[in-house]
Amino acid sequence: MEKLSDKIFMEDIEQRATRDGFGEGLLKLGEENENVVGLSADVSNSCRMNFFAEKFPKRFFQVGVAEQNLVGVAAGLAVSGKIPFTATYSVFSPGRTLEQIRTAIAYNDANVKIAGHHAGLLTGFDGATHQALEDIAIMRTIPNMKVVVPADAIEARKATIFSAKINGPVYLRFAREKTPVFTSEETPFTIGKAEIFWQSLAGGKKPEVLIIGCGPVLYNALLAAKELEKEKIGVIVLNSHTVKPLDENKIIELVKKCGAVVSVEEHNILGGLGGAIAELLAKNYPVPMEFIGTKDVFGESAAPKDLFKKYGLEPKDIINAVKKVIKRKK
Amino acid sequence: MEILNSKKIRFLENTACLLRQDVIEMILNAGSGHPAGSLAMADIFSALYFYILKHNPKNPDWPERDRLVLSNGHICPVQYAALARAGYFPVEELKTLRKLNSRLQGHPHRKALPGIETSSGPLGEGLSQAVGMALAARLDSAVNSPRAKYQVYCVMSDAEHDCGNTWEAIMLAGKYKLGNLTAIIDRNNIQSDGFTEDIMPLESLREKYEAFNWHVLEMDGHNIEEFIGAANEARAIFEKPTVIIAHTIAGKGVDFMEFDYHWHASPLNKKQAEEALKEIKTLKGKIEETD
Repeated sequence: MEKLSDKIFMEDIEQRATRDGFGEGLLKLGEENENVVGLSADVSNSCRMNFFAEKFPKRFFQVGVAEQNLVGVAAGLAVSGKIPFTATYSVFSPGRTLEQIRTAIAYNDANVKIAGHHAGLLTGFDGATHQALEDIAIMRTIPNMKVVVPADAIEARKATIFSAKINGPVYLRFAREKTPVFTSEETPFTIGKAEIFWQSLAGGKKPEVLIIGCGPVLYNALLAAKELEKEKIGVIVLNSHTVKPLDENKIIELVKKCGAVVSVEEHNILGGLGGAIAELLAKNYPVPMEFIGTKDVFGESAAPKDLFKKYGLEPKDIINAVKKVIKRKK
Repeated sequence: MEILNSKKIRFLENTACLLRQDVIEMILNAGSGHPAGSLAMADIFSALYFYILKHNPKNPDWPERDRLVLSNGHICPVQYAALARAGYFPVEELKTLRKLNSRLQGHPHRKALPGIETSSGPLGEGLSQAVGMALAARLDSAVNSPRAKYQVYCVMSDAEHDCGNTWEAIMLAGKYKLGNLTAIIDRNNIQSDGFTEDIMPLESLREKYEAFNWHVLEMDGHNIEEFIGAANEARAIFEKPTVIIAHTIAGKGVDFMEFDYHWHASPLNKKQAEEALKEIKTLKGKIEETD
């Protein structure tokens, strides 16, 4: 906790989008490594690749509205020694480009970083066509692929920079809307390593539920944890920004301590972070589990906060899930 | 580049004949595979691996090698045969095509076999990757050098021009004026379900490519000397990518397979294979069989 933002629960907490963190990270990578190249499908500005493109015009390739080609060209660059980052909206890539990602990137084990932007309900007014709610599930079933969902702009920058250290495909998921920046420069970040963001004994009792989340909605899990503490319900909140590979040992260790789990993600409850955890626990240490996420439905046009309310991603929804899962414990 | 004399041309023709025999034997042995396109492209693969490509079978990852992307991965038997005959791996291994634990996958896998630049099979995505390689070659070329470090060749089927992805890549190659990219189309006029012009008319391919800012060459895909001439011209063209539309005969070399789309993905039985091998070895009875 002490390593998170000083302003974590304050009204004036900084608000920035995770896509901004991507833009900063990519620019830094460009300065550090001349093999880093960027490709966009006519959305370089909204994906914040424009900073990289302006500084390194020779290493930026604008392919137009052609996502399948975006992926294939990136794969060709990668097998020739470059470290390509592709940037378009998640609904288009992986949405439109699953087969190209599967064959040209993953089967080749090509060193491409796929930045999926405008993911989740935070895309807001653009509506269901532009709100990717299935991308985590799609990407985590592809061999060789790693899946990372940063929780705020700082973590997004760290994830972008870290991904270039991995020799192989990585899917990075970013959001359009500004969200609280609740981590800090000091917050530890390693792809594949989950971090405890909250631990409350709530008056000496042991924690009763492990909340595991990823992405900006993790902030709501922290708000929920804070409320639960007032009600003397202790929980642990784990940031599992890496959905694949899961930090299995850490999760199992904490599940043994808590005995129940609530997963929190801005994604369909089918096949995403919650699904990955359920698979892990079913095999190793089954406990009662509740899932926070969209319930196998499409989104719609509205302000993100209204969508979070309607689709059950608010702190109160997480609180209810925690109470429900406690009742299910024997 | 080696001098191209009549002796070399004869060698390349004989090698093509050998590749055709390998293809028939491999597909017979595997019990499945795509013979028509593999036979159609034997002459061109002979010319590529034994004359045109700058490569080193003993050092498959040589950074300055020319790249060959096989976009229509289903004709990999002819590429496997060419790689083996060129010395990338033992010819004996050709027998393992499509068998468990083999490096010779039904469609090529980059991680499995030396000499395979990219995994392929799903149509329409090879040219995109070739464009990526050509862009990388250009980034890696010396500052102010007019020439990229290596040439990228992309072998494609005619039918994969049904795919939107192919045209996305054609458009981008034209935009970036990729003079170090040569596409080679196996224009054999057949695909799985029938003749290309019935399934989805492609003509005029020449005019389409020209409209996308490519240099277009057309030739007889079974005339090795003509093909080498076209490939040389493509290398010389600096200001735009080149496509060589190679007019070939599906199933070339075996009378009962030629022009027939049913052989796109049908294996031969033992009797058919024997007949095919005899025809290939004797050039359809024009010469005596030697072994």
